Amino acid sequence: MKIALGRIAHARSGDKGDTANIGVIAWRERGYFILVREVTAERVKEFFGGLVKGRVERFELENLGALNFLLHQALDGGGTVSLRLDAQGKTLGAALLGMEIEVDEHELGD
Amino acid sequence: MIRIANGQGFWGDWLEAPVRLIEQGPIDYLTLDYLAEVTMSILQKQKQRDARLGYARDFPPLIARIADRIRERNIKVLANAGGVNPLACAREVRRLAPGLKVAAVLGDDIFARIDEFLAKGFQLRNLDTGEPVAAVRDRLLSANAYLGAFPLAQALATGADVVVSGRCADAALALAPMIQRFLWQETDWDLLAAGCVAGHIIECGAQATGGNFQGDWQSLPDLAEIGYPIVEAEPGGMCTITKHPGTGGRVNSHVVKEQLLYEIGDPRRYVTPDCVVDFTSLRLEEVGPDRVRVRGARGGPRTETLKVSASYAAGWKATGTLVYSWPQALEKAQAADRIVRQRLRQLGLQFDCISTEFVGVNACHGPAARPVQDPPEVELRLGVRGQNKEAVERFTRELIPLVLSGPPGATGYGEGRPPVREVVAYWPALIPRQDIEPRVEVLG
Repeated sequence: MKIALGRIAHARSGDKGDTANIGVIAWRERGYFILVREVTAERVKEFFGGLVKGRVERFELENLGALNFLLHQALDGGGTVSLRLDAQGKTLGAALLGMEIEVDEHELGD
Repeated sequence: MIRIANGQGFWGDWLEAPVRLIEQGPIDYLTLDYLAEVTMSILQKQKQRDARLGYARDFPPLIARIADRIRERNIKVLANAGGVNPLACAREVRRLAPGLKVAAVLGDDIFARIDEFLAKGFQLRNLDTGEPVAAVRDRLLSANAYLGAFPLAQALATGADVVVSGRCADAALALAPMIQRFLWQETDWDLLAAGCVAGHIIECGAQATGGNFQGDWQSLPDLAEIGYPIVEAEPGGMCTITKHPGTGGRVNSHVVKEQLLYEIGDPRRYVTPDCVVDFTSLRLEEVGPDRVRVRGARGGPRTETLKVSASYAAGWKATGTLVYSWPQALEKAQAADRIVRQRLRQLGLQFDCISTEFVGVNACHGPAARPVQDPPEVELRLGVRGQNKEAVERFTRELIPLVLSGPPGATGYGEGRPPVREVVAYWPALIPRQDIEPRVEVLG
């Protein structure tokens, strides 16, 4: 079944220069493995389309049940240069929680 | 155990937060972070106009407000409020709070040393683009090396009540008291890493206590009275993140995780001036209401270079808005956008970038925004950026005429023409550590 990522995870995003970062955190321990399987760098890049001009990198933090994404060239030049309303990528984490992922129903149970 | 609080996550953060941290419970150290990446360029300009300025001007009055209480309770304050003029900042603190001993940490400001470095063959290449700094030499506005926690610890060791620095790593403000009180050494990598992690968690103020929490944010109690974060640090490197009892917000492992991941890159190699931290080694544990214990930090040797944060003038920009109402709000805003662009072309104006966003439709999330059906209103947000200030100024006169000459139902133009702003771009680089000489000066 398809669900929104926000059902199993929460997120915070921010900036470093022209790179946005999104930390995605599983609500439960087992959710982490769904994140690893479903939320790949490729899918994140595809989800944001033309917003991210560069590559997307993914880092795994199994100890925190979390993934960290770097979205390169995603902020129209970065904080002070950018003409964007969200020049620092503060809202990108929330956006990603709307991404659809594929899970088996039993993966969501207790 | 020592208690280190952070009462300011950026210049502009809640003015009451540091006062409440002092009044609502016990703390030993109060840290205040004032400097964002490009704050230094603004301060450098102020200093050029007046040699007594160039620091965070909110800071000395704050110290005056809390001076009696920090002296009574022996609370030490550490702040990077010094900007590009820590000595002037320290003097102003002394003037407003004459009873306090103030130490300034100097040596981070390398703006006046750029040519010396270029002559030595340092290229200060941009970490993102690889370009040498010579390309923007004549447009540089500021340049600062990120100092670590040891100079700040040295300043504390003088017995200063208030330590004022310029650019230092944000987390260094919290690490310094641990170094000074627990006698941590420059090669205690795991301990330094533990302190850096704790500093990183509290450096953005209330983001560690439920502010900007994207989890179940509606369940957080009383954000109006949110408590700012406190680290209870132990000599062995174990740290507990908490806040004063009775304050709003929440400290749990999910809140702390969001902040741990905030604005980091490769979690296995989080580079600070004092060590390289491996975030994948951390263990979090909820040990009580609003108490999260952090342990297991692994640190590696510090790098031979320090990060430099420079800024340079990169042209001009302006952004204006007009609101279109239902019906066909989005279609009207789109038509208005086309009209402005056509008029700009006819004027022959050159820009590096013209940007259009539709607030209420796609401004925050771009192509990832959820589709909207027939919105009651849409804000057209149109901006330009370029090297020619006159062209940008001309652009600012092209929006309001649409109220009479464009699609119907435009409003929200009460602010008049949008201001033209100088674009200050950020230039991250590296410099050999040995060429930066931090020093401490004590006043009073």
